[in-house]
Amino acid sequence: MSTGTTKLDVVVSDVVPVNDLVTRFHFRRRDGELLPTFSGGAHVVVEMRDGDRTRLNPYSLMGSPLDTREYTISIRRDDVGRGGSLFMHRSVKPGLEMVISYPVNLFSLDLRAKKHLMLAGGIGITPFMAQTAQLAGGGGNFELHYTCRTASLGTYADVLRERYGNRVRLYHDDREERIDLDRLLSSQPLGTHLYVCGPAGMINWVRDRAASLGWPPETVHFEHFAAPQPGAPFDVELAVSGKTIRVGEQQSLLEAIEAAGVDPPYLCRGGVCGQCETNVISSDGKFIHNDHWLSEEDHRSGCKIMPCVSRFEGKLLVLER
Amino acid sequence: MGITFRKETFRDDFTFKNSPEHIRRFPFPFNEDAYMYAVNIEPHVVGPKGSVLENLIDVDEHYVAEMQDRALVLAEDPLRCQSLPHMTLAGWDLLELLMEQQALGYPEHFTLERNGDRWRWINRPLGIDDTFTFGDTSTLPYGPMEYITRQSQGDFCILDQRDGNLWMDAGMVTTQADWSLDFDIGMNFFEWHAPVPLAHEKGIFTRALKFLTNIQQGKPARRLNWTMTINPRLDTSPENYHKWGPDRATVTPENVGDKVHLRVELQSFWRLPRSNGIVFPIRCYLIKMDELVTQPKWARRLHRVIRDLPEELATYKGLTRYRPTLVDWLSKLDDGSPTSPGFGPD
Ligand code: FES
Repeated sequence: MSTGTTKLDVVVSDVVPVNDLVTRFHFRRRDGELLPTFSGGAHVVVEMRDGDRTRLNPYSLMGSPLDTREYTISIRRDDVGRGGSLFMHRSVKPGLEMVISYPVNLFSLDLRAKKHLMLAGGIGITPFMAQTAQLAGGGGNFELHYTCRTASLGTYADVLRERYGNRVRLYHDDREERIDLDRLLSSQPLGTHLYVCGPAGMINWVRDRAASLGWPPETVHFEHFAAPQPGAPFDVELAVSGKTIRVGEQQSLLEAIEAAGVDPPYLCRGGVCGQCETNVISSDGKFIHNDHWLSEEDHRSGCKIMPCVSRFEGKLLVLER
Repeated sequence: MGITFRKETFRDDFTFKNSPEHIRRFPFPFNEDAYMYAVNIEPHVVGPKGSVLENLIDVDEHYVAEMQDRALVLAEDPLRCQSLPHMTLAGWDLLELLMEQQALGYPEHFTLERNGDRWRWINRPLGIDDTFTFGDTSTLPYGPMEYITRQSQGDFCILDQRDGNLWMDAGMVTTQADWSLDFDIGMNFFEWHAPVPLAHEKGIFTRALKFLTNIQQGKPARRLNWTMTINPRLDTSPENYHKWGPDRATVTPENVGDKVHLRVELQSFWRLPRSNGIVFPIRCYLIKMDELVTQPKWARRLHRVIRDLPEELATYKGLTRYRPTLVDWLSKLDDGSPTSPGFGPD
């Protein structure tokens, strides 16, 4: 079975600045047909041809799943990141032909929930744009709490307030507004599910508090795409394909493997789906595990690595690829 | 041109038959002279013209008769079709999938017209012409899953995906090989495969679950499974064991060719877009020995496969009682010459 996801040929139909940091991109199918239906929380992987590099970054779909004439994603510019968001902001213009993956949902709504309590931080609002649209269409019960640095960086806060009124609560860091999390979590009706998307610190905080207040783990859902972290270059032997590769400073191990012509599986490219799991045949050095998939035990064993986000420092690394 | 639908039964007088063209398109499951367990999952893509894979959802000459049989089963036992409340959206997903695929593959028999949410579905073989609002259950005579699976061959299990597991939360199951939806409904993947006695088998299930939870939209997968059934009975459910179980003692050297049927299940796995669930259609194909052996290659090969089947496997598939009679009968059609590679007839 071929790896990765099924691809869609699209054209950029619009590029809209949303605020100082965020830009929205619209895609339509090149053949004019409808795009595949998706569900709230789904992402697509966008392929960026940046000179001789190909970058593959996942972004949440934020349009309504009820309208598939176009897909929309919003990207926050990261001036110190690896360059994917800068490429999108600088080089992607209406009319550009691009390739994106079919939607994949690793953050789907639990449709058994009596109520959906959503917590968003910053650009973590995007999956909730689609989820709230989906729930509102079906009369679902939800409440969204959204924290942002300043009112002007409250991406789509106005849209959400207009659509859903006081089902949306806003918190601005510069006004020292904080979610009263313990109170919020202890006052929910039975059968509520909790969803959180935002910076890692926020996700950990919410998960911790929910756990200590007795929320069962299966009612707490989170989405965190760890972007691959840059680091010192290192060499890897790929035992199955008989290749030796170098992973550059700004490159992920997965990208380096792909650049060598090997086609390993992936879905999220963010260390959460488990699809890229790879066995380590031998190693001499230190693993920098950045994933949320492997257990701590797996991390300690040094027998497995998630190449989409994890790195290595040392003399020797041989992988079963 | 279109398909000529047969008038036939899968119970009582058992008039089920395959036409000669349908014999040749039968999904014979053995590509060599021995059967081995294998993880035989492959992408579910369109196959050769004239095969059961010509369309991703196959409709064949048994369509009308199978739908009539399903209606009889449901009239006796409505619990063969169940959907937990949170699965309604997945039911709409399935309705869309099946209407789209049937209309695409068989435009002379099925038509789907969409006008925003207003959809019109024409099913000529069953004489249905309904207009409804997509997403609004009150505009259909049944829930969306029941509505469309009363018009689609094969069983359907709809699985909800959550907590890294799959939950059997909806289904239409009337043509199953000895398992029961009413028993499995609401169970997760490990529960409905329990008890799993051996640790290494557990590993297999964990891998299978991982594979299934990673099924992606736009990339369905499939596998074949097989067993044997006495008489062309579609409904071999545990609830009806008293009806079909005793049939196994009725096989004689005189009636083998007519009574013993190879039963092949084409299972496919699809990600549903709105609900993010997985649907698992299990399409059952039956062929009696007399029909199967009209293809000499299949006759020779089936003889070797059944003869050499390990005892535990034969027991597991419930063949023990009549295996000697069947092997004896098939042996007369095996001249010992080699069989060509591949599944198809020569
Ligand atoms: S691609 Fe999802 S964990 Fe690596």
